[in-house]
Amino acid sequence: MAILSLNEVWKTYEIGEEKVNAMAGINLNVNKGDFITIMGPSGSGKSTTMNMIGCLDVPSSGAVLLENQDISHLEESDLAIIRGKKIGFIFQKFNLIPTLTALENVELPMMFQEIPKEIRKERAAKLLGMVGLAGRLDHRPNELSGGEQQRVAIARALSNDPEIIVADEPTGNLDSKTGVNVMDFLRQLNKQGKTIIIVTHNEELTKYSSKVYMLRDGKIQNE
Amino acid sequence: MILDFITLAFTNLKKRQVRSWLTMLGIFIGIAAVVSLISLGQGLQDAISKQFETLGSDKITITAGAGLSGPPGSGFTSAKITQHDVDLIEKIGGIKGVVPINFKMGRVYFDDQLKYTYVYGIPLEEDMRSIVDSMSNIKVADGRRIEQGDTNVVMAGYGLSTGDIFEKEVKVRDKLLIEDKKFEVVGTLETIGNKADDSAIFMPLDKWREVFNEPEIISMIVVQVQDGDNVNDIAEEIKLRMRKDRGLKEGEEDFNILTSEQLADVFKIVFGIVQAVLIGIAAISLVVGGIGIMNTMYTSVLERTKEIGIMKAIGAKNSDILTLFLLESGLLGLVGGLIGITLGVGISKVVVLIAQEFIGTGLLGASFPPILIVGALTFSLVIGSLSGMLPAIQASKLKPVDALRYE
Repeated sequence: MAILSLNEVWKTYEIGEEKVNAMAGINLNVNKGDFITIMGPSGSGKSTTMNMIGCLDVPSSGAVLLENQDISHLEESDLAIIRGKKIGFIFQKFNLIPTLTALENVELPMMFQEIPKEIRKERAAKLLGMVGLAGRLDHRPNELSGGEQQRVAIARALSNDPEIIVADEPTGNLDSKTGVNVMDFLRQLNKQGKTIIIVTHNEELTKYSSKVYMLRDGKIQNE
Repeated sequence: MILDFITLAFTNLKKRQVRSWLTMLGIFIGIAAVVSLISLGQGLQDAISKQFETLGSDKITITAGAGLSGPPGSGFTSAKITQHDVDLIEKIGGIKGVVPINFKMGRVYFDDQLKYTYVYGIPLEEDMRSIVDSMSNIKVADGRRIEQGDTNVVMAGYGLSTGDIFEKEVKVRDKLLIEDKKFEVVGTLETIGNKADDSAIFMPLDKWREVFNEPEIISMIVVQVQDGDNVNDIAEEIKLRMRKDRGLKEGEEDFNILTSEQLADVFKIVFGIVQAVLIGIAAISLVVGGIGIMNTMYTSVLERTKEIGIMKAIGAKNSDILTLFLLESGLLGLVGGLIGITLGVGISKVVVLIAQEFIGTGLLGASFPPILIVGALTFSLVIGSLSGMLPAIQASKLKPVDALRYE
């Protein structure tokens, strides 16, 4: 059963006079429990595809279905609600809020879902414990190593217990050993039933996935 | 929920402490100015009202001179008020009493020291006594009041008895040399409230005429009406009769007639204008403070574009971002306002203290009505939020994709 599908999705940007198709009719089906890697060189439309999957953007034409709901015409605020509940993000540069502690960073997505403080705190601490950072709850991002920051980001992505985890170059800013560590973690989550979608240009990461899509010039090369 | 946002906003402001303080400076200078000016102005008005209340609303004062050019009796004028005028006024109906009071700067020796101070001549007749006392606010602290039949005796003001005027304190039974004539002090007075009146000496009116060699003129006539309601009508009647008697046209009067109400109103209008101008200036500084907040918030939005993108990615709605930034600017205003109010209250208290210490008036008190405090606080919050409105809207409308890409 497809949890997420892109049907003939186009995304066109106007750069000056010129029209650029970042996505040129992409069809994609993601089933529950999949571990998918989307690969491609720079400018292949990877990031745009990731934004579409992550409900950060809407297509110029075509449809994006999330659990059979067409989200391609939704307002930004409705998209935000969907993102908050159903999607967890992991970024290349971790993207933690620098002024907040590890615990507060993990609490933040739950705060936007209006979950009471006590429940939030308990859950955030549990998640940080799970990623091996039980002793780092009150550290701010600049007091943590890259690997630790990415683990905080994973805990944050899991905080609202989303169906789908979208990871954009999750190992891009980590050394190879730490990178393997993070990938093992994602594999574990996948085994627990989470749907994982990774966007990368690192071929190493394809070995974790059940399905690999090669992107070039806004189109999928293989099926 | 909102509490979490406030905590978050506070964390953000704390992270940029120097900038937050500098931004708030603009607000708290303005609020401090407004609070201190209003509280002192209010205090001043209260003081004036109180002063005129002791005078009573049923009294009319008549002095020589044209226009309200200064304190009674200070204007240079050839016009005189005499017993003839007193007789004229006494004929008008509805009047309870007509009292002449004289005063002049006099040479006073005490303990071989010379000082110049006001010497009052007051009538001692039984029926005039209450009018005189309430008019001059006389209360005996030690000894007795001067009474009918007294000749070479005086009452000394509070300032003399405390040693403010002469080095030695003036006590009951002490001897004073006033305009080269010897007087015995039979009573000292409680404070009247201002230095000029507290340093005065009071003697019988007849003796005053003899001492200053002024058999005719009267410095001030005080009229008490029977019914406080028609005080203005009677004031008009006095004006008309005195004008007719002197053969003057309307508007050419060489005398002033003021009811205590009118006198209070004149003061209130003058102070009102001065206060309005000062508060206007303070208000300008508040506007500038608001612009400061706006500038800070715009900078903050730009700096935190990426952060806004992250928050949106993890589920923040446009309204959440709007709330967060509005709270930040509102907090800047509110905290600035709190400090400003504290500062303003402090300034007022210091000014009151200085007034007591150096000008010697215990009448001026700063007044802090709750509406002023609540109003100033609300106002600072509104200024903060309003100034933050545009930057916050800009922040909330950022597209998550663009904001995330921002470095």
